[in-house]
Amino acid sequence: MIPELGHFSLVLAFVLALVQAVVPMVGAARNNPSMMAVARPAARGQFVFVVFAFGCLTWAFMNSDFSVALAARNSHSDTPMIYRITGVWGNHEGSLLLWAMALSLWTVAVTVFSRHIPDAFLARVIGVLGCVSTGFLAFLLATSNPFSRLLPGAAEGRDLNPLLQDPGMIIHPPLLYMGYVGFAVAFAFAIAALLSGRMDAAWARWSRPWTTVAWVFLTVGIAVGSAWAYYELGWGGWWFWDPVENASFMPWLLGTALIHSLAVTEKRGAFRSWTVLLAIGAFSLSLLGTFLVRSGVITSVHAFATDPARGLFIIGLLVLVIGASLLLFAWRAPTLSGGGSFGLVSRETTLLGNNVLLAVVSASVLLGTLYPLFLDALNLGKISVGPPYFQAVFVPLMTPVVVLMMFGPYLRWKSDAAGAVARRLAPAGIASLLIGIGIAVAIGHFTWRTTLGLTLAAWVVLASLQLLGSRLRERAGASMSSRLSTIPAAWWGMWTAHFGVGIFIIGVTLVGSIDANLDVRMKAGEQIDFAGYHFVLRGVDSVPGPNYDASRATIELSREGRAVGVLQPEKRVYRAMGMPMTEAALDIGPFRDVYVSLGEQLPEGDWIVSLHRKPFISWIWAGCLLMALGGVLAVADRRYRRLAERQMPASAMQQAV
Amino acid sequence: MKAKFLVPLFLFLVLVGFLGFGLTLDPREVPSPLIDKPAPAFRLARLDTPEQTFALDEMKGKVWLLNVWASWCVACRQEHPVLVDLARSGVVPIVGLNYKEVRGDGEIDARGLALEVETAQAIERARGWLNTHGNPYNLSVLDIDGRVGIDFGVYGVPETFLIDRDGRIRYKQIGPVTPENLKKVLLPMIEELKRAG
Repeated sequence: MIPELGHFSLVLAFVLALVQAVVPMVGAARNNPSMMAVARPAARGQFVFVVFAFGCLTWAFMNSDFSVALAARNSHSDTPMIYRITGVWGNHEGSLLLWAMALSLWTVAVTVFSRHIPDAFLARVIGVLGCVSTGFLAFLLATSNPFSRLLPGAAEGRDLNPLLQDPGMIIHPPLLYMGYVGFAVAFAFAIAALLSGRMDAAWARWSRPWTTVAWVFLTVGIAVGSAWAYYELGWGGWWFWDPVENASFMPWLLGTALIHSLAVTEKRGAFRSWTVLLAIGAFSLSLLGTFLVRSGVITSVHAFATDPARGLFIIGLLVLVIGASLLLFAWRAPTLSGGGSFGLVSRETTLLGNNVLLAVVSASVLLGTLYPLFLDALNLGKISVGPPYFQAVFVPLMTPVVVLMMFGPYLRWKSDAAGAVARRLAPAGIASLLIGIGIAVAIGHFTWRTTLGLTLAAWVVLASLQLLGSRLRERAGASMSSRLSTIPAAWWGMWTAHFGVGIFIIGVTLVGSIDANLDVRMKAGEQIDFAGYHFVLRGVDSVPGPNYDASRATIELSREGRAVGVLQPEKRVYRAMGMPMTEAALDIGPFRDVYVSLGEQLPEGDWIVSLHRKPFISWIWAGCLLMALGGVLAVADRRYRRLAERQMPASAMQQAV
Repeated sequence: MKAKFLVPLFLFLVLVGFLGFGLTLDPREVPSPLIDKPAPAFRLARLDTPEQTFALDEMKGKVWLLNVWASWCVACRQEHPVLVDLARSGVVPIVGLNYKEVRGDGEIDARGLALEVETAQAIERARGWLNTHGNPYNLSVLDIDGRVGIDFGVYGVPETFLIDRDGRIRYKQIGPVTPENLKKVLLPMIEELKRAG
C-alpha cells in the first residue's frame, strides 16, 4: 500500500510540475499577476509530494519490503539500517528520485529567498525549473518507476553493492546532486533573463549566491567522492579520470568560470552573453553527466543501470532542454551590447582569460571522455582514453589559470599599469621559483612536474599572503580588529578559495611525486620496515560482520621505537552477493597518511599486504574544503542581505500598486 | 540572429548526433581476436558420464554453440530459459562448458581442495542446477580449473561462441543471450552458416 501511495504521490508531483512549468510562464508573458502567483504554491506542493514519495521508498527499504523490486535488488534484511536507507539512492531509479527531490528542494529555496526579485522574473525562473522537473519526473514515471512491484515478493533481497556500503555513500551522492541540480537554478535565472531581456547587473546579483552555493555543494561532493575512492577501492589512488568522475568535474570547471563571470557582469556589466552561455553550459554538462551515467553509452564502474530506452529518453530531454535554451541564446544574445570596455591590462582580462581557459579544460575533459564513443561511432575501432591523456592536457592548461588567478586581485578594473603590478609581484614570482626548485631538489625528485607543482603552490601562497598584507596596510592608522572587520566577507571568500587552490596543489604534487608503496608477503608475527615505519603483523582473525564475513589483520605501526597506532585492514566477503571487498586501514596525519590494505591470502596461509605512505594527501581535501569555505564566506557577505532588505519595500510597493 | 551565436547550438547538435548513435553501440562489446579463427582444441570430462571425455573435433561438420556457464553465475539464470527454448526448437546443438564450477564461486574457499573432491562437488552442483532449471545442452563438459576458458578468452560468464562446420569461431556473445539478439544476430548467422556448408 505504501509504495502505491508513493507512486501516486509521484504522479501528483508530476502534474504539479507541469502546472509550475506552464502557468507562471504564460502569466509572465501576458503580465497576469494571478497566473504568476501560481509559481510559489505549485513549487511547494510539488516538493511535498516528491518528499512524500521519497519517504515511501525509504520506508520500503527500511522495512525490507522485498515485494518492491528496487528494494529486492538493492537491499537485504541483514543490511545495517543506515545502508538500507542509503541503498535508496544506490541504484538508478532511487538516485533519479533523489535528483528530482534535490531539484524540488532548490526550487522551494528559490521561492523562499526571493522576495526582492520582481514577480515576472521570478515566475519565469520557477517556470524554467518546473520544465526541468517535469522532464525528470516524466523520465522516472515512464522508464524508471522506483515503486515497481515484484509479485510474488522475493523472500530475500540481493543486497546493496558492497562498494556502496560505506559512510561515503551517505553523504557523497546527496552533496553531489545538490551541486549538479543547483546549477539548474543558475540556468533558470539565465533563461529567465533571456526571455525577459533583462540581463543586467541585478540579474547577475540575484543569480550569484545561488550559483556559489551550488558550486560549494559540488566542490564538497567531489572531494568526498574522491576521499571515498581513496580509502574504499584499496589502491590508494584519489582520482581516476573515470567517465563519471569527469561528469561531475566538467560542470565544476564551468561552474567555477561562471561564478567569476557573474562577478564581472555584476560589477562591470561586461561578459553578459558569455555569462549566460556559461550558465547554460554548466547545467547542460550536469544533464550530460546524468546521460552518460544512466544511458550506458560509456562503461564505467559507476554505471549501475544501463538501458537504451532510458538513454533515448534522456537524449530527448537533453535536446529539448539544451537545444531550446541554445536556440533562445542564439536568438536573444545578439541584442545584448558588450557592456563596459576594458584595457588589455585589467582585472577583466585576467578573469576573461581564466574563463576561457576553464572552458577549454572542460571541453578537453569532455573530448577525452567521449573520444572512445566518437571513434566507435565512426567505426574507427575501440579505444579507451586513460589518465595520461587527461594529465597531458590538464597540467599545461591549468598552469596559466593558476598564474593569472593571483594577478587578478592585484589589478584594477578597467585598466591598470602593467609595470606597477609586475614590480609588486616580481619578488613573489622569483621566490616561488626558487622555493619550487629548492624543495624539489631537497626531496630528491627534481622533475619538471614536481618543480612546476611546487612553484605554482608557492606562488599561490606567497601572492595570497602578500595580498592579505597589503589589504591590511590600507588603513594604517586603525586598530587591527577594525582593519579586519572592514574587509567584506566576499573578499575573504575569494582569498580563502584561492589559498585553498595552493593547498590543493601542494597535496597533489607531493602525493604524485614522493609517495611510497610496497606490496609484501607477510605471515603472522612477521615484521617489516618500510618508508621509515616499522610494521608488525600480529595476526589475521575471522570477524563476522552484520552482512559479511571479514578477515581482519592487526598490524602495529611504530616509528623509531615509538608506537604510532594499530591498523586493522579487512578483507570482507559480502554474503548475499559473495563479493569480496577490501577495507583499507589508515593512520591519518597532517603531513602523511599510512595506508594499509590486505590483499589475497596465499595457499600457504601468508597474506599479501599492500603498504603505502602518502605524503600530504589530506592537503588535497583540505584544499577543496578551503575552496568550499571560500564559497560559503562569499555567500555570507552582508551586501546580499542589505540589498535584499533595501529592495523589499520597493517590490512590496509594486505589489500594492 | 548572428551566425556566431549559433555556434554553441551547432556544436551541441553534433554532440547529440554522436550520443544518439552511441546508444546503438555496446561499449562492453570487445572484439574477440578469436573471431574467424579455429576454436582452441580441448578434451574434457563430460558432466553426465565423467569417465568419458569429449573433444572439440567431435563436432566437426556441424554448426553449433558453445555456451559457458556455471551454477554460481547469476546472469546464466537469466539466459537459461532462452537456451532451453532454443534447444527445444532443435535448430542448433548446444554444448555447455561448465566453467570453474567450484573455484569460481566466491562463496566457497576451494583452496587446498583435492582435485577429485572438487570434481565430485562440481558434478553434484552442476547436475543439481540443470535438474532445477532444465537442461538445454546436448552435453556439458567440466572445465574445473578454467584452463579451456582461458584458451577461449572467457572473461565473464555467461559467454556463447558460435562455431562453424570447420571448427572456426564465427561469433562471440558476451553476457546473456537474450531473445532479441538470438532473433536478430544468432539465428540468422546460424541459418547462413548452415546454408553455406
